[in-house]
Amino acid sequence: MRHISWRATGLTSVAASVAMLLAACGGGTIDEQTKANESKAGSAGDCGDLNIAVNPWVGDEASSYVVGRVASQQLGCKVNYKELKEDVSWQGFGTGDVDVVIEDWGHPDLEKKFFAEQGDGSAMDLGPNGNVGIIGWYVPPWLAKEHPDILDWKNLNKYAKQFATSESGGKGQFLGADPSYVQFDEAIISNLNLDFKVVFSGSEAASITAFQQAEKNKEFLIGYFYEPQWLFADVPLEKVTLPPYEDGCQADPAKVACDYPETELKKIVSTSWQKEGGPGVGLVTNFTWTNDDQNQVAKYIAEDDMKPEEAADKWIADNQDKVDAWLQ
Amino acid sequence: MTATLTPPASAPPTPGPRGARRAFDGIPRWAWALGVVVLWVLVWALTKGTHTLALAGREHTDVQTSLGGFRDDVLAGRDDNPVIQLTYDLGAWFTSVVDWFQRMLSIPDFPRPVPQVGWLGVTAVAAWVGLAIAGWRIAVLVALSFVSFGAFGYWSDAVDLLIVTFVAVGVSVLIGMPLAVLVGTGNRAVNAVTNTVLDVFQTMPTFVYLLPIVLFFGIGAAGAVVCTLVYALPPIIRIAGHGIRNVSTTTIEATDSAGQTWWQRLTKVQLPMARKTIVVGLNQTIMAALSMATIASYVDGPGLGRPVLDALVKNDVGGAFVPGALIVVMAVMLDRSTTAASEYSETAARGGVDLRRRRLLLAGAAVPVVVALYLSRTYPWAAQFQDPGWTPKVADGVDSFFTWFTDTFRGFTQGFKDLVSAALLDPLQSLLAESPWWLAAGALLALAVVVGGVRALVPTVVCIGGLLYFGLWHDAMVTLNMTLVGTVLVMLLAVVLGVAMARSRAVDLVLRPTLDAGQTIPPFVYLIPVLALFGSTRFTAIVAGVVYAAPVAIKLVADGVRAVSPSTIEAGRSTGSTRWQEIVKVQLPMARPSLVLAANQGLLYVLAMAVIGGLVGAGALGYDVVLGFARSEEWGKGAAAGISIVLLGIMVDRIARSAAHRSGAPAAR
Repeated sequence: MRHISWRATGLTSVAASVAMLLAACGGGTIDEQTKANESKAGSAGDCGDLNIAVNPWVGDEASSYVVGRVASQQLGCKVNYKELKEDVSWQGFGTGDVDVVIEDWGHPDLEKKFFAEQGDGSAMDLGPNGNVGIIGWYVPPWLAKEHPDILDWKNLNKYAKQFATSESGGKGQFLGADPSYVQFDEAIISNLNLDFKVVFSGSEAASITAFQQAEKNKEFLIGYFYEPQWLFADVPLEKVTLPPYEDGCQADPAKVACDYPETELKKIVSTSWQKEGGPGVGLVTNFTWTNDDQNQVAKYIAEDDMKPEEAADKWIADNQDKVDAWLQ
Repeated sequence: MTATLTPPASAPPTPGPRGARRAFDGIPRWAWALGVVVLWVLVWALTKGTHTLALAGREHTDVQTSLGGFRDDVLAGRDDNPVIQLTYDLGAWFTSVVDWFQRMLSIPDFPRPVPQVGWLGVTAVAAWVGLAIAGWRIAVLVALSFVSFGAFGYWSDAVDLLIVTFVAVGVSVLIGMPLAVLVGTGNRAVNAVTNTVLDVFQTMPTFVYLLPIVLFFGIGAAGAVVCTLVYALPPIIRIAGHGIRNVSTTTIEATDSAGQTWWQRLTKVQLPMARKTIVVGLNQTIMAALSMATIASYVDGPGLGRPVLDALVKNDVGGAFVPGALIVVMAVMLDRSTTAASEYSETAARGGVDLRRRRLLLAGAAVPVVVALYLSRTYPWAAQFQDPGWTPKVADGVDSFFTWFTDTFRGFTQGFKDLVSAALLDPLQSLLAESPWWLAAGALLALAVVVGGVRALVPTVVCIGGLLYFGLWHDAMVTLNMTLVGTVLVMLLAVVLGVAMARSRAVDLVLRPTLDAGQTIPPFVYLIPVLALFGSTRFTAIVAGVVYAAPVAIKLVADGVRAVSPSTIEAGRSTGSTRWQEIVKVQLPMARPSLVLAANQGLLYVLAMAVIGGLVGAGALGYDVVLGFARSEEWGKGAAAGISIVLLGIMVDRIARSAAHRSGAPAAR
């Protein structure tokens, strides 16, 4: 056995040497590319590192990569994408691990800890990113079509029995969301006297699977969801109207009995990064786009299986005028 | 959690088989247990729904609030707290080590467009190392594995995972070996303390210690290395310590009489003689480290876990499958390599290897390695793997298979879920969680004493007290219920498949690799199909737990049944017993210690999946942990939930161990 392997080794060395000779004729070595990179680095502006947090939903991934691609291709920044949950991202502002969160849905408790007025001042608000978050109660399209009156909360009790599952203890099941999301569904249900029980899906993946299956198999399902979200391209969920939101109706979490407000999504950045004032700061400050823009890129990623970089590049190529406005 | 060397323990409170030891003046134990349960049900019927200590979604107890306050204090003081400065420095050091390796091996080292060493060089060096430590078969296995990482388009993620794993395992060995020596040579008290600490490490859901780790070490590679390290440390301490302790006393006495010092005894006798067990410990540590791959991605740890998690966000089963399968490939590669290396070193130590020849062989093999290194530093084709585009095809295939599978079986699985929920989950949950806390606590305590005796009393009291203190009693009972039902399902599978494997070589040959894969594949990969089949329910969580726990239990039962002496079986056959009688009357009773160990391990594994269950609609403690991780104002509640899971695990484990001890420690026979 040992004898054979000894000879095999000899053969491999010969084969490898031949391969090397062949390759040597190929041309285009790494050294040449390295020199090209060096000269390119000399001519580009000094943007430095840009650490963008990528929160775990596709919409945020879309925004982060569009900003990141513009920063790296047109400003010469070295962009690092950090895949993190929101809470962890905010902790990274103070340590220099994170510079930018591009899509923040409102975190009063985190603002209290990290904004200058109330907390350690490691984070700051850099204004709206143009997207508007719509949170609410949704049902699968087939259900809205067959029972249109289900889209009014006043009729929900009529259907409560049909929403019951093995988890809801005889009541109708309301599918609560990923724990990261702002949600008052338990309070809304009890304050509107609805005969429902909240069962938390526990993750966005679980919620999406539930809605997809409910549509496919024509099952009763009602739950928390939000826009902008790529799922709407696949399953256009219908929103159930709740008593309209008014200022202050969510002041006491236990007494909420109204719909969710529309949320203006905003950019949160690290204060020290903003103070340094590199070219990336201008880009992030100027960055805004619409829900449709984001859905387009999110669809490229989630539906068309494009890599986030490719999806961002495609959108940037198609919308150079918008990108130019950010770079002023 | 390691399946290898937890001392044998008894099953949870099930009525004993025929001939159960008589205790308490002739009344058998199972009768006492039955009495406790009957009394419990009677009182429950009158009091249910009162004093259940249920806590609504966003309510906190004072203890939980102050746990959250501790976090806030640490955060607020992170700029001038010396401890945090130290841990940050340590974290920064880990980051720079990992970063250095990455620039060498996996990511472009600017201004170079590629890493310092390209794929061909890395693969050649790895194969050469395989050749040097374990022979040419392993060298081939290593080379093929590395090529598969590149061929499926995950070269840098795979190498990143290897880097994180090796840094974490390296530090684990540095910290773990001295502790293993302490365990191996220390007295009973030292052992009791280390065992409890290690139990906590291994039972604590990984999500829970991600929270403090991020706080103290930061995110990215630092957080990933530290959380992998914490999870990977216990096996090497336990197993290597066990090996050192079990070096034969006569050998030690013989060499002691020659007047050796403590140090000489350790380095010349105990460590060399325990070498094989130490390598087993190392092997288990590596496996544990790999199983953290996806969890570490939650804090931006580099590696193959990242594409798995990415795909999960998009509900892309096929996309998660390929990187998940590559984690399995890596696990198999490392597992076989370490095992082969230990056998090889054993042969070498006995002089079974021709050293001169081996040196020549290695030197000869070094020539192509150097050539490969040179090529990979010079030419793009040898530096960067050309993605042949197989991954999307495999992913599509897997996707369409799962779509077909769910569409075909969903009706059946939903029915099965409803049946188990109505017949098993709901009644038991109602008894455990709807009892007033004093009733459930009293009943659990009484059962612990009946089954485990006085030895079980103290740990049970401490754990129940702890559960009450941390304020998530109701959720803990719901989680305990799911864990018990999951364990019952695991044992059903373990007995049926384990016996089948033990009795038929063919079945064993097919099942064993499947079980290996089941143990290594990240649970996140099969979460979405299971979700599609069963919906966001407690049952989905249980299924995920069973998939995770069953392989260990099945293997333990199979090994136990196979170990039943053939002469005993022959004796049974000669009296004309049928195959069924042979299994039920001979093989299973004789394999009882293994069954008991399988049940104990199964239970701990199912419990370890509680947090994953929280991600798929199981609620209870798992959800609380996920909530604490996701929302900063719930941190204290999440931490309390994590501690509660540990307390549940330790309680059940200690009761089971005492029961095993009382029934005459069957493993000793």
